[in-house]
Amino acid sequence: MSDLPRPEKLFASIDYTPPKADWMDVPTVIKPGRYCYAANPDSVNYVGLPNAHKWNPLDEDWGLPENWQEIIFNGLRERLHKFRSFKIFMDICVRCGACADKCHFFIGSGDPKNMPVLRAELLRSVYRGEFTTFGKILGRFAGGRKLTASVLKEWWYYFFQCSECRRCSVFCPYGIDTAEVTIIGRELLNLLGLNIDWIATPVANCYRTGNHLGIQPHAFFDMIDFFCDDIEDITGIRPEPNFNQKGADILFVTPSGDVFADPGTYTCMGYLMLFEYLKREYGLSVTWSTYASEGGNFGFFTSHETMKRLNSKMYMEADRLGVKWILGGECGHMWRVIHQYMDTLNGPDFQSSRMETPVNPITGTVFKNAASTKMVHIAEFTADLIKHGKLNLNKKRNANVHLTWHDSCNPARGMGLLDEPRYVAKSVVEKFTEMPEGTIREQTFCCGGGAGLNAGENDELRMMGGLPRANAVKYVHEKYGVNMLGCVCAIDRAVLPNSMAYWVPEVSVCGLHELVANALVFPGEKERETDLRGEDLPGEDE
Amino acid sequence: MKALYSLFLVFALAAIALVGAGALGMEKAFGLYIPFLAVAVFVVGFCVRVVGWGKSAVPFCIPTTCGQQESLPWIKQSTIENPSTTGGVVMRMLFEVLLFRSLFRNTKVDLHEGTKVTYGSSKWLWLGALAFHYSFLTIVLRHMRFFTEPVPGLIAGIESLDALLQIGAPTLYLTDLVFVVAVTYLFLRRVVVPQVRYISLVQDYFPLFLILAIAFTGIFMRYFAKVDIISVKQLAMGLVTFSWNVPEGIGVLFYIHMFLVSVLLAYFPLSKLMHMGGVFLSPTRNMNCASRKFRHVNPWKFENVHYHTYEEYEDEFREKMVDKDLPVDKPLAEGAE
Ligand code: SF4
Ligand code: SF4
Repeated sequence: MSDLPRPEKLFASIDYTPPKADWMDVPTVIKPGRYCYAANPDSVNYVGLPNAHKWNPLDEDWGLPENWQEIIFNGLRERLHKFRSFKIFMDICVRCGACADKCHFFIGSGDPKNMPVLRAELLRSVYRGEFTTFGKILGRFAGGRKLTASVLKEWWYYFFQCSECRRCSVFCPYGIDTAEVTIIGRELLNLLGLNIDWIATPVANCYRTGNHLGIQPHAFFDMIDFFCDDIEDITGIRPEPNFNQKGADILFVTPSGDVFADPGTYTCMGYLMLFEYLKREYGLSVTWSTYASEGGNFGFFTSHETMKRLNSKMYMEADRLGVKWILGGECGHMWRVIHQYMDTLNGPDFQSSRMETPVNPITGTVFKNAASTKMVHIAEFTADLIKHGKLNLNKKRNANVHLTWHDSCNPARGMGLLDEPRYVAKSVVEKFTEMPEGTIREQTFCCGGGAGLNAGENDELRMMGGLPRANAVKYVHEKYGVNMLGCVCAIDRAVLPNSMAYWVPEVSVCGLHELVANALVFPGEKERETDLRGEDLPGEDE
Repeated sequence: MKALYSLFLVFALAAIALVGAGALGMEKAFGLYIPFLAVAVFVVGFCVRVVGWGKSAVPFCIPTTCGQQESLPWIKQSTIENPSTTGGVVMRMLFEVLLFRSLFRNTKVDLHEGTKVTYGSSKWLWLGALAFHYSFLTIVLRHMRFFTEPVPGLIAGIESLDALLQIGAPTLYLTDLVFVVAVTYLFLRRVVVPQVRYISLVQDYFPLFLILAIAFTGIFMRYFAKVDIISVKQLAMGLVTFSWNVPEGIGVLFYIHMFLVSVLLAYFPLSKLMHMGGVFLSPTRNMNCASRKFRHVNPWKFENVHYHTYEEYEDEFREKMVDKDLPVDKPLAEGAE
């Protein structure tokens, strides 16, 4: 965070008054700190995406193919036909501005092109200028413009300043989802090889090794083994997780962020402990997979096709191992994909007929809401266990935690997972306070690094985007003494610690199952002295 | 600037009608042909647009969920904002279309001392939009009395309700008042709020001015110029019964009104005004949110692409896997061949 200004200074720089000149006349300057590095051509090549080449966003020449405009026009035409959402969103926006101040990137930067309506207008103006009769004849008068290289650069810059969180869509009277426009905008840019590296390389890694960091199976095993060591130190109980186990009942898939970076790792330890507990007490049979070791789907930020290719692994692996259903860990875009795309994309091709409507083998609860995808969210699973009194929990171990809940955008606005994690959280901590209305549930704010924007080089953008979330946390921190921000998303767990450190340094970030595991009492465990982070437990008698 | 363009455009249109129907005496054109053509453009254009949207596929189930999902039996689902049944979707759409539910949520952001951001409720746009649309609807319905004989009870009812206050003669319609205020508000908002001004295009001002001009000419005819209503009705009835004749002496003001309405009708399918049709087709609102429960079918196929299979994966990493006792499908020796 070396070049990043102090929070007060960054905050003081926010100005919501747009420039005098018309937005089409305001040239886009690509600012360091607000953009991510260009995609490494090797990664683009690895998954066979078009026009892999070396380029630098700050250069004049982006190495576009000769016929780049034609490629975009064809791509655009094709997508107008393939996506009614896109076509409608191009046509019916009335520019009422209801979405304008709903985007965390606008709130935190004041850059008018970060107003969702204008972000979409960047593409819409070209659609009008090049595709509609009205716009072709009247041009700028009809709000149309030509597709030039600088327009393309503007697209690239602003489509990668949208975390596809869909908050704007909640407020639009027609449900216009700028995320959908951005997704397609990015697909078009991908036709020219113009991705960012923080997406392209994870995509290639996921494709090859099954997870976004490119962790090979033996290393994946080692990392989890290492967590088991830690767990043994803390609890005296050593989990014995299964890997690639044929004949297991349930396949567990979580984002690989949980395996790699703090504080996600504590959440990962939480899963391990929960499964071990359930295995010992009730004989639960669950397996991890090294092949399908990534839930998060970076293909989603590349193209629908790439999303499909990465997602296919989950069903293929479930089929190979012969499991009945799949349990999914705490992840944001993984769940958006599972909830809204997976069954459509890969259901008939890869889902084996041996899979069944998920049933919790311990409580007998049938997850009817997952009848077709056969994937259950771990918050649903654990909430069900707790409700049936299947877990022995001691809240007091989390007595030093005063929790507030961050609804991760994708599960909140893509599936409506709101009350399950709250129920679990309230069952394992003593102090829980909600952030103000308008900043939670469907109106929740993005962490600022979703949709592949969690790179190091775009620190300033992430801190600006993180402001609304942090600001609400700050409020409950100052007013009620909240010191922990819980969430169910691996990107959140990667981004929010930085943004908290920047805006509200007194608050830490955790996943849901870290708290569950802290509270979970194993029969025969040794007296715990620390929590999963190695911090002293609050005195039991306090 | 864009607002001025649009204003000028509307004046120009009024001038065309003034000259055409007035000085040049082309009453038949402005009273019959142009309106007829405009209606035709409207109807055909509207259908073409909607069918055009309908032809585009809905490949994925992508509703924005705005409340608790259907989940465990003891967790209360938000059946309207996150519907898992068709009934729920219908309710959601009704709330959206009739009450502008999403706009009702609107908030306004403010920056404060220190590093504080606040969000205040902001219902003006919702109120303005609602007032505008409902008074417009009422006015359109009221006008049906010109096209029907006998006037249906419903329309007569709306009319008398609208004139409830009994002010002046002819009695003042409440909707006329509300309508002008609402359109003016929507316009002022566009020029006064800097962000909204920044995003506004000529096409955003133009319909507002056009509609305002229609309202003004209408009001002027009714309350001040007192156009001969009987002749107007004759003309209107002639239009719908295809017995085209133009009664004498209606007055040029009427033709201006009529021409502006015609322009609005013809402009409608070409413009953002099509949100009227589009709102019903918006996939983020009109789809069922239970996409894990029911499979949604994509009508188009992905082209043949390569999937990274487990076999390929194991072939690449078999040695390392065996090393850690991870189960493999093919033993090391066989795989190495
Ligand atoms: S809220 Fe919807 S209609 Fe209004 S400006 Fe935004 S996208 Fe357009
Ligand atoms: S989807 Fe989220 S990040 Fe993108 S424009 Fe809308 S509010 Fe902003």
